[in-house]
Amino acid sequence: MFAYIIRRIFAAAALLLVVSAVTFAIFFLLPRFAGETADQLAAQYIGKNPSPEAIAAVKKNLGFEQPLYTQYWHFLKGLVSGAEYKFGPEPATCHVPCFGYSFKNHLEVWPEMTSRIPVTISLAIGAAVLWLVSGITTGVISALKPRSVFDRLSMGVALAGVSLPVFFTGALLLTVFSYEWPILDNLHYVDFTEDPLMWARNLILPWISLAFLYSALYARLTRAGMLETMSEDYIRTARAKGLVERKVVVKHGLRSALTPIVTIFGMDLGLLLGGALITEQVFSLNGVGQFAVQAINDNDLPKVLGVTLLAAFFIVVCNLVVDLLYALVDPRVRLS
Amino acid sequence: MTDTQGATIPSPAPAPEREPLLKVTGLTRHFPIRGGLLRRQTGAVRAVDGIDFTVNAGETLGVVGESGCGKSTMGRLITRLDEPTGGKIQFEGTDITHLGVGAMRPLRRDIQMIFQDPYSSLNPRHTVGTIVSAPFRLQGVQPEGGVKKAVQDLLELCGLSPEHYNRYPHEFSGGQRQRIGIARALALKPKMIVADEPVSALDVSIQAQVVNLLDDLQQELGLTYLIIAHDLSVVRHVSDRVAVMYLGKIVEIADRDSLYRSPMHPYTNALMSAVPVPDPRRRQSGGRERILLKGDVPSPINPPSGCRFRTRCWKAQDVCASREPLLTALETGHQVACHFPERSEGNDGHSPENAPENQGS
Amino acid sequence: MTDLQKTPADSAPAPLGDPFLSVRDLRIHFDTDDGLVRSVDGVSFDLHKGRTLGIVGESGSGKSVTSLGIMGLHRSKRARISGEILLDGEDLIAAGPDRVRQLRGRELAMIFQDPLTAMHPYYTVGAQIIEAYRVHHPKATKKEARARAVEMLDRVGIPQPDRRLDDYPHQFSGGMRQRAMIAMALVNDPSLLIADEPTTALDVTVQAQILDLIRDLQEEFGSAVIIITHDLGVVAELADDILVMYGGKCVERGPAASLFDAPEHPYTWGLLGSMPRLDRELQERLVPVKGTPPSLINVPSGCAFHPRCPYAALTGGRSTSEVPVLTEAAPGHHAACHLAADERHRIFTEEIAPRL
Repeated sequence: MFAYIIRRIFAAAALLLVVSAVTFAIFFLLPRFAGETADQLAAQYIGKNPSPEAIAAVKKNLGFEQPLYTQYWHFLKGLVSGAEYKFGPEPATCHVPCFGYSFKNHLEVWPEMTSRIPVTISLAIGAAVLWLVSGITTGVISALKPRSVFDRLSMGVALAGVSLPVFFTGALLLTVFSYEWPILDNLHYVDFTEDPLMWARNLILPWISLAFLYSALYARLTRAGMLETMSEDYIRTARAKGLVERKVVVKHGLRSALTPIVTIFGMDLGLLLGGALITEQVFSLNGVGQFAVQAINDNDLPKVLGVTLLAAFFIVVCNLVVDLLYALVDPRVRLS
Repeated sequence: MTDTQGATIPSPAPAPEREPLLKVTGLTRHFPIRGGLLRRQTGAVRAVDGIDFTVNAGETLGVVGESGCGKSTMGRLITRLDEPTGGKIQFEGTDITHLGVGAMRPLRRDIQMIFQDPYSSLNPRHTVGTIVSAPFRLQGVQPEGGVKKAVQDLLELCGLSPEHYNRYPHEFSGGQRQRIGIARALALKPKMIVADEPVSALDVSIQAQVVNLLDDLQQELGLTYLIIAHDLSVVRHVSDRVAVMYLGKIVEIADRDSLYRSPMHPYTNALMSAVPVPDPRRRQSGGRERILLKGDVPSPINPPSGCRFRTRCWKAQDVCASREPLLTALETGHQVACHFPERSEGNDGHSPENAPENQGS
Repeated sequence: MTDLQKTPADSAPAPLGDPFLSVRDLRIHFDTDDGLVRSVDGVSFDLHKGRTLGIVGESGSGKSVTSLGIMGLHRSKRARISGEILLDGEDLIAAGPDRVRQLRGRELAMIFQDPLTAMHPYYTVGAQIIEAYRVHHPKATKKEARARAVEMLDRVGIPQPDRRLDDYPHQFSGGMRQRAMIAMALVNDPSLLIADEPTTALDVTVQAQILDLIRDLQEEFGSAVIIITHDLGVVAELADDILVMYGGKCVERGPAASLFDAPEHPYTWGLLGSMPRLDRELQERLVPVKGTPPSLINVPSGCAFHPRCPYAALTGGRSTSEVPVLTEAAPGHHAACHLAADERHRIFTEEIAPRL
C-alpha cells in the first residue's frame, strides 16, 4: 500500500512536469514554428504598440535568444526559487512560486491568480455538495423503482439538465430571482470568513445553475451503476441473510455503485477548480475562470500560461486523491 | 484430409520409430511479477515449468489437472497464442517455439483451437457463414466449389443444417454454438486441434453429443487432438493417452487404460478417487476408498522444493523435499514423476485409505 | 473423512411425522416482453429434517428458480408465484415479505454456486459472517458475534480462523471461500439449508472436501438439506431422495438408490447414458439425448420431453397432446411418463441397463 501511494505521487509529479513542458512548448515553441520572430513573440508580452526598447527588454528577460531548453529550465527554476526581471526603471521581483510576470501590468501572475482561487473554490465545492446529494439520491431512488413515475420523471429532467447549457439556466435564474422577483439581488462575492451567510446567499444561484448540469449527469450515472450492482450475486447473498432491504441497498449496493462515481467526481471537481468559465462569467464572479478569460482577451501570455498550469495542477491533484480514495474503498486494489 | 497417411486409425500404442506430430521439450512459461517502488520483477508465476511430451499423428492426448496447474497456458503456448519462456515446441519436425506472427501463419492452417465458452468465442455481429469462412479469408484460400459450398459442407459435417449459413450465433443453443466453433476450426483441414475444455460449459445431455462429434471427426478426417479438460471421465472417454498436470509439471503420463486402471502417482490417485460417482450404493457400502486431499494447491510463485505434491501427499518422506522426482517410465508407455509410486517394485504400496490422518499440512 | 459409518437411510421408509418442508404445486412464472416464462410449473415435494433432497436438471429446468422461490428471493413484480411452501406448517407464499425475511438466514439458509461473486468484495469475510449473525441476534455484542464467527470458520475447517476472519474474500482460495460461505449460511443454525450448485465452480479434489463437509455438518446439526445440481455424481454422494426436473416440471422423484438402480423416466435414462463414468467399463460411444432443452416460453405440448424422447412414438400420440401426471411406479418412486410402467421396466432392463 505504501509503495502504491509513493508510486502514485511520483506519477502525479511526473505528469505535472509533462503538462508544464507541453504548455511551455505550446506558448513558446509553436509561435516560432508559425514563423513568428522573437521580436513578435516578445511584443505579445507587453501589450499594444510596444516600444522597441520594451521588446528588447522582454526578449532579454525571458531569454528568447537562448535555446528553448534553457528557457524551460529558467521557467522551472522560477517556480522554485523566483526570478528577477530588469524591466523599466526598477527591477521587478517575481517571488516563489514564479508562474510568470505580466509585463503589461507590472504584476506577478501568481498572487493575482491566487487571490481568485477562494471564489472558484467556493463556487466549485458548494455546487459539488449540491449535485452529489441531489444527483445520487435521485439516481438511487430511480434505480430501486425502475420504470416508476419518479424514475421516468427524474430521468426526463436529467436529460434536460444534461442538454441545457449553464449560460441558459444561469441567465434564467438571474432573470427570475434577481430581476423579476428580486429575492436575491445585488449578487457579489463575499468572503466566507467575512460573512458566511452572505457568502452562501450570494452564491446560491451560481451553485444551482452549475449543480443542475452535473446532478443530471450524476443521477444517470448512479442509476446505471445501482441497477448493475443490485443484480450482483452478493446482493442476493445479503438478502438471503435476511437483511432489511434498506441495509441491502445502502450497505451492500450503494458502496459498490458509488465507487466508479468517485473517480468521475474527482475529474469533474479538478476541472471546475481550474475555473468555471461560463458560470463565473454569467454571475460576474471574479474567479480563476474570469482571470483566464481576461488574460486571453488581453493577450497576456504569462497569465494564460500560469492559469493553464494551475488548472492542470488541480486536475492532477484531484486525480491523485481519487486514486488513493479508490484504494481505500476497494481492498482488492489495496492488497494486491 | 488424406495427407496424413495411416492416421485414420487412432492407435493407443504409437509406433516409437515414427516421428511425432508434436514434440514438446522442457516447455516453460513464467509470468513475471513486478513489485516495489520501481516495479522491478520480484518473482514469477511458474505457470508451466518444464514439461515434455509428444503427440503422435492421429492420436488424442488428454491433459487433466485442476485450475492453476498450467494446462490452459500450455495449450496457448502450443497454439502459439502465447510466447514460451523456454523450451522447444516442434510441429512435424519444425521448431515453432519462437516463430513470429508472419512465420506462424502457414502453420495456423495445421493447428487449430476450440475454446471453452461457445458464447464469447463467436462474434455476435457476424453470421454463421462469416464466422466459419473466416479462416478461408484470413489465409487467402479459395476452396473448391466456392466458399459458401465449403462452409455448408462443414456445417453439415458438424451436425448443423446448411440453411444455418445466414443466421447469427444468438439464435443457437450452447451445443450448436460449440458445433459452429468446431466447424470453423475444421475449415482449413488442420492436422491438429487443441481443444481447451471443449464441453465443460455444456449441459450433460449436450456434452455427449459434442464428445461423439469430436470422435466421429477424428475417425473421418484423421485428426490429432490435444484435449485439455478438468473432467476426468470426459478425458478418459476421448483420449488415447493422458497426461496429469500439477503445479506446472506433468506428474504422470500414460496410455489411457494403464493410467485409469492403475494410476501410479499419488496425485492421480487422489484426483480419481475424488470424482463423484453416480451410484449412491457406493457411499453406503464403503465400497470405495476416498482420498481426501487436505488444503489447497500451493502457489505457483513459490512452489514447494523437490516434489511439488509433497505438501499434500500422504507418502511424502524427506527425500521428496530435497530431490525432485523425474518423469521416468516404469512400464512401457507409463511415465511417473514420484519417488514412491503406487504398485511398483520396491514399494509395498501403503494403501491410501489410512493416509489422510498422517498428513503434515 | 471417508464416509463409511453412515447407515443406509435410502431404503428405509420415510421418517415418521410431518415433513419439515412441504412444497405443493409450486408455480413460478415470469412476465417478459417475449411472453410468459413458466420457469417452475407445478412442483411438489416433501422434505424431513435430517434428510437431503437432490434436485437435478439441466440449465433452464427450473431448479434454481425453485430454490430462490423457497427463499422468497423473487422480488420482481413480474414474478407470479402460486402454490404452497409449508415450512414447519407455515405457508411462506401467504406470509408477508417481512415474515419471510425474518425466516431467511435464520430458518432458511442458502449457499451459492460461485463464492467469489457471492461475497461482497469490499467487506472482510468476518464482517460478512458477523453481519449474518447479528441480523437475527440483535442483542449479541460485537464480541459475541465475532467469537461465533471464529467458531463457525473453525468448524468448516479454515485454519487460523481468528486471523483469517479479517481477510477479504479475494485473499481466500476458491475452496476456502466456499467454506466461509457455508459458515455464513450455518451461523444461525438454520433448519433448512439450500445449496445451489455448491461445488460447480470448484476443482474435483476441493469438491470432494466440500461435499464431505456438507454431509458432516448435516449429521451434526440434523437440518434438512436441498442440493441443487446438474451433476448426477454429486447428488449420488449426498442425497437421500432425488427429484429430476425438466422444462419446469418434476419428471421423476424417488429414493436415491432406487432412482439410480431403476430409473423410470426416459429423460433420466438419457442423463445417465450421456455421462461418461469412471466407475464403469469404458463405452465405445456415449448415448446422448438428441436435440436441445426446451424453451420455457414455448414448452412443447403434452410431455415437454417428447421431441427428444426416443420412445414418444410408443404412447399412441398421447405424449404430444396430454401432459403426463406424476404417478407412483414403485414404492415412493414417482414418474411422469405416458408409457405403461411394465413397458418402461422392459425397455430399461432390455435396452438401457446394458448400456449404462
